[in-house]
Amino acid sequence: MERIPILRMGEFLLVTIQVDMHDRLAMRLQDDLTEKIAETGARGVMIDISSLEIVDSFIGRVLANIASMSRVLDAQTVVVGMQPAVAITLVELGLELPGVLTALNVDKGMEVLRGTLAKAVEEQGGDRHPT
Amino acid sequence: MIVTRHESLRIQDEDEIVKIRQQARRWAADLGFSLVDQTKMVTAASEIARNTVVYGGGGTVDIEMVQAGDRQGLRLSFVDAGPGISDVELALRDGYTTGSGLGLGLGGARRLVNDFEIDSRPGQGTRVVITRWK
Repeated sequence: MERIPILRMGEFLLVTIQVDMHDRLAMRLQDDLTEKIAETGARGVMIDISSLEIVDSFIGRVLANIASMSRVLDAQTVVVGMQPAVAITLVELGLELPGVLTALNVDKGMEVLRGTLAKAVEEQGGDRHPT
Repeated sequence: MIVTRHESLRIQDEDEIVKIRQQARRWAADLGFSLVDQTKMVTAASEIARNTVVYGGGGTVDIEMVQAGDRQGLRLSFVDAGPGISDVELALRDGYTTGSGLGLGLGGARRLVNDFEIDSRPGQGTRVVITRWK
């Protein structure tokens, strides 16, 4: 069965989409990622779409779903590497990606994830030691 | 308008949606479309092809290179024999869907192309023609 591999890097999961995804494959990625977050307790998910030549409303919805599901499981999703032509087309298509954080590339995406994680730890620390 | 190149493909399932995207990309590149224009046309094709599969129960697409005067363009005509759309104006509105989608397919695709035609009658199927000019 065709699958998109999910790599684990410490507290984060990393997915690189390198194929032109048909709809079933996109749905499978959504399911696999949700399971993997629950299984590993990952705090962040990075999805690299730099090889994706288009994002249509279906793929956009899958990305937004992944972001909402991961949030419920206490993980933050960041989508990185969107090609400029894809970004221009998305805006004209009218697709917003609610709740999806984006970053220019993998490095910046990692900064975003580390930043959210640090903030979350700080907030939890604050709860434990109220001033 | 003259048709300078033509190909017919069937669209029965999601794998064929991917094939149509790839073919539309190839033809748009052959026509010398910019990367942004290629992406817009391929995205519009993907939206309409999915509608053909999901709502129309499958159908066909005619891919054509067309020439009008000194303008060249890519025209895709999607035809299905599905249940048809009873209110086309409503179906074109953003956010309207009878399925589980986002309701951006038709209206979104219309914004991504230069010419958009839709002809649909309940019980007789739907025909959507999209054209993008170079």
